[in-house]
Amino acid sequence: MTASVNTTDAGVRPAARAKARRRGVGATLWRALRGSGKALTGAIMLVIFLVAAIFPNLFTHVTNPGARAYGLSLPPSASHLLGTTSYGQDIWAQLVWGTRQTLFVAVIAGALASVLSVLIGVAAAYLGGVADDILSLLIDVFLVIPAFPLIIVIAAYANGGNLAIIVAVLVVTGWSYGARQLRAQALSLRRRDFLESARVRGEGWFYIVVCEILPTMVSLIAANFLGAALYAVLTAAGLQFIGLGSPSSVSWGTMLHWAQSAEALQTDQAWWVVAPGLCIAALGAAFALLNYAFDEISNPALRPVHRNRRNRGGN
Amino acid sequence: MRYVLRRLVLFMITLWVALTVNFFIPRLMPGNPAEAMMARFRGRVNPAALKALEAAFGINTQKPLLVQYLEYLGNTLTGHFGTSLTFFPQSVGTVLAQALPWTLGLVGLTTIIAFAAGTLIGLVAGWRRGGVLDSLLPPVFVITSALPFFWVGLLLVLAFSVTLSVLPNDGAFDVTLTPGFNGEFIGSVLTHAILPAVTILVISIGGWILTMRNNVVTILTDDYIKMARAKGLSNTTIMYGYAARNAILPNLAGFAMSLGFVVSGSILVEYTFNYPGIGYMLLQAVNNEDYPLMQAMFVMITVTVLVAILICDFLTVLLDPRARTEA
Repeated sequence: MTASVNTTDAGVRPAARAKARRRGVGATLWRALRGSGKALTGAIMLVIFLVAAIFPNLFTHVTNPGARAYGLSLPPSASHLLGTTSYGQDIWAQLVWGTRQTLFVAVIAGALASVLSVLIGVAAAYLGGVADDILSLLIDVFLVIPAFPLIIVIAAYANGGNLAIIVAVLVVTGWSYGARQLRAQALSLRRRDFLESARVRGEGWFYIVVCEILPTMVSLIAANFLGAALYAVLTAAGLQFIGLGSPSSVSWGTMLHWAQSAEALQTDQAWWVVAPGLCIAALGAAFALLNYAFDEISNPALRPVHRNRRNRGGN
Repeated sequence: MRYVLRRLVLFMITLWVALTVNFFIPRLMPGNPAEAMMARFRGRVNPAALKALEAAFGINTQKPLLVQYLEYLGNTLTGHFGTSLTFFPQSVGTVLAQALPWTLGLVGLTTIIAFAAGTLIGLVAGWRRGGVLDSLLPPVFVITSALPFFWVGLLLVLAFSVTLSVLPNDGAFDVTLTPGFNGEFIGSVLTHAILPAVTILVISIGGWILTMRNNVVTILTDDYIKMARAKGLSNTTIMYGYAARNAILPNLAGFAMSLGFVVSGSILVEYTFNYPGIGYMLLQAVNNEDYPLMQAMFVMITVTVLVAILICDFLTVLLDPRARTEA
């Protein structure tokens, strides 16, 4: 769709074209949000978590969620919305403050992994030949190595705690799926007219990749970032749940680990288990819904039928 | 033929990369953990166990790294993983052999059920484009497949073990029974498997449904479907013989890929339910700093996943004429 627009605007002055294309990227993302209930739901959920991560004080007056300042194992009440832990910490406050680390890991690991998949996927498709063979093999190898057992082994050697190592491993194990998708997409673009016309105009490879190829893949790149972030949320939470997370700061996965060790379910402290899990699930769902919405945009066949019909009339 | 060769080469290279990573992890970690570990174990561990540790890492040997690496590769490929520190003096191989059947029984069976059921539901949803099923399924299963494995497990424990007390939440069988092929023991094994199995099922079925639905939806726009309709073939023939047959091929590759994820999930599920499979053993090894067992577990999981992927690749060749002729 975007490709056909690009072929027709080949005669427009470069500055005007670049401006149009910049608007194109924003418009693509905005259209995704506006047009789909799934995407809108996901975006609203994500914004709420972002606000909680940046301004935790809006949601709780507790400034140190690790402090053992209250009665042990209190049931939910007006002063402790979700009760307290077996160690006397406020569960609601831990939940609010835990947003920060969980979201931080997801966004950083997701962003780095998707940068890596764009670099390798597009390079493989653009370079072709032997370079493509080698990079494709690399992608396949990383795709099939079972990541979670590997992460457990590495985290165990690194004595858990170190957040940087966990993020690094999430990036290394999280980029390959996106790289494969982006390579396939970039390959299908290679022979399109608008790229030919750019080559004929004498543009360099950097201009072609950055200004011609990447803008047409915006929704797929966005989908990949969200997919990598979802993977990071679930994997990091899993690591923290089994006790291999960073013990120095509160995260939802670590809360579950503490709750499980204190046998919270067996001692009538269900909220201690239910609440952090619900948050992980909600954040995961937000990423997954947005990811699916962007996937629908890059593959028009998947769009809901009624909306397809309307689009056909509108265009 | 070229396809098969390519997959075999990929298999060998992946295996080699995984084994090499496994060898270098302890050596790349800051502060030389191998030596730190030796210091930690000296004095409180049996001398024979210390020997096992030395053999597993090649610590205290004056051999160059390359020789150590080659010895490690040789030992791993011949299945000589050394002695477990947690279950001393059992060999790592024995420990693995005890844990593997539990994981294969639970995860293997559940994965196949999820794949079969999910593929069928996805086929029906994609076929009846725009129907109730089709518009309801994607949002629901996009969310369920993003749920954390362990949390679903904990919720099931809360509902069926703690609140209703109808199902056990711990272990693989009632420990008061003697293992054997009798009704009571088998019944106990089955009731203990219900909650972990349902957990894996709930999480993994959504992925199959969605990919199958999307494949069918995409394929229905292809020319050969229009051709089949024009020829006046019955709907059932088109649905199963044309759409399903082709839509399932990418799913087969996805099935193999996601085995890795199922293994990851099963580690968390086995931890949640104290189920004595490979994943639970891996975590025990981590907690007890049983590094020989940890390394062997990782190799074992990798090999299992890789072999499964290879089998699926060969199946694809059998089912898809294009894979036989093309690259």
